[in-house]
Amino acid sequence: MQILITVIGCILFAVLAPIVGCLLAGLDRKISARMQGRVGPPLLQPYYDVRKLLEKDHVAVNSSEGVYITFALIFAVIAGGIFFSGGNLLMCVFVITLSSLLFIVAAYCTRSPYAEVGAERETMQVMAYEPMVLLMAVAFFLATGSFNVSAVFSQSTPIITTIWLVFLGFLFILTIKLRKSPFDLSYSHHAHQELVKGVTTEMSGPTLAKVEIMHWCENVLFLGWVGMFFVWGNPVSVVLGIAVALVAYFLEIWIDNNFARVKWQALLGSAWLVALVAGGLNIGFLMYW
Amino acid sequence: MAFASKSPWVIHYDASSCNGCDIEVLAALCPGFDVERFGIINTGNPKHADIFLVTGSVNERNIDVVKEIYNQMVEPKVVIACGICACTGGIFHDCYNVIGGVDKAIPVDVYAPGCAVRPEAIIDAVVQGVAILDEKSKALAEAKKGA
Repeated sequence: MQILITVIGCILFAVLAPIVGCLLAGLDRKISARMQGRVGPPLLQPYYDVRKLLEKDHVAVNSSEGVYITFALIFAVIAGGIFFSGGNLLMCVFVITLSSLLFIVAAYCTRSPYAEVGAERETMQVMAYEPMVLLMAVAFFLATGSFNVSAVFSQSTPIITTIWLVFLGFLFILTIKLRKSPFDLSYSHHAHQELVKGVTTEMSGPTLAKVEIMHWCENVLFLGWVGMFFVWGNPVSVVLGIAVALVAYFLEIWIDNNFARVKWQALLGSAWLVALVAGGLNIGFLMYW
Repeated sequence: MAFASKSPWVIHYDASSCNGCDIEVLAALCPGFDVERFGIINTGNPKHADIFLVTGSVNERNIDVVKEIYNQMVEPKVVIACGICACTGGIFHDCYNVIGGVDKAIPVDVYAPGCAVRPEAIIDAVVQGVAILDEKSKALAEAKKGA
């Protein structure tokens, strides 16, 4: 039964997440433009971009790059499906990590110097945020007594009340996961960076379109993680979860527009420090008190 | 419907410009003109770009670079020569190492003259380039169907 629910969840996520993610990306560009004193593109601009990329000629350095990207997209969708159908949070974390790893391998397999440096930095980013994400899953278990996301609905209070420190730590690494400045080392949506276009340098046309759709799905999933902290037995709390997720997204856009990129040492150091302090303290408290 | 015209991503290359036209190209992206309103993004990556903006004349040193960037761009693509130097060689046309306008190296679709070229002229040229981009996109779709 659980497997059927997960499959249905994956199908629904595959349909709905790109729509929501696309609108969020459009909102991001619109708000960013306003913050910079510009009018900005139409709300549906990310949709136009992807449609245009799909129309482009199919050019690839090798045949395996496209396969890696396709599977990265598929695993991102599966991770989203697992999460939003109330499945195992730990499994969701592992599957989305697999998706990020396939994305890195896709960049490596092109043998392009720029893509390789981008892939190295992407690996660094995964190393930076992964401890905090895993600690979040552990803290979730300690707070609810289960790894199943659906367990939040059987709680009498939202889990933010017991693991708020973990939530703050997660907010910190969310900036890395959403590829926002100051942590957009491997790939930036903004023009002209020193790595040409980082991880995606060699990806063009339909392959790049898949990368964009994957990012939309990832963003929806990560905002889902944010919302998860604020949901409890009361069904109305879902609205609260969505509202908090949107506020977190706005905060990330604000951070993106106000901070310069840091070096990878600062990224790795700060992310691990936050994971250790926020995650470690909170989990230690839950386990021993 | 062709979506190429709704999201033309540009790559800008300074062939041997005096930087006058380059400043105007970048000015078009700044808040005053804000071409992102039309979905235009400065990519810096030939593989992501649809429109190639070249400033300055082509000489013996950079003709290979111009050709390389053009060849790396994915079809459909459009080339815009920005400024009189990129169009014909301008005041540098009879210098010993100057070959001439960009059309001596790669096929140019739109010429935007001026010294320096005005941001309005660049936007105008991009709008014309976008129409050509749409035609090329449709031709590519037809060719794919035929194949």
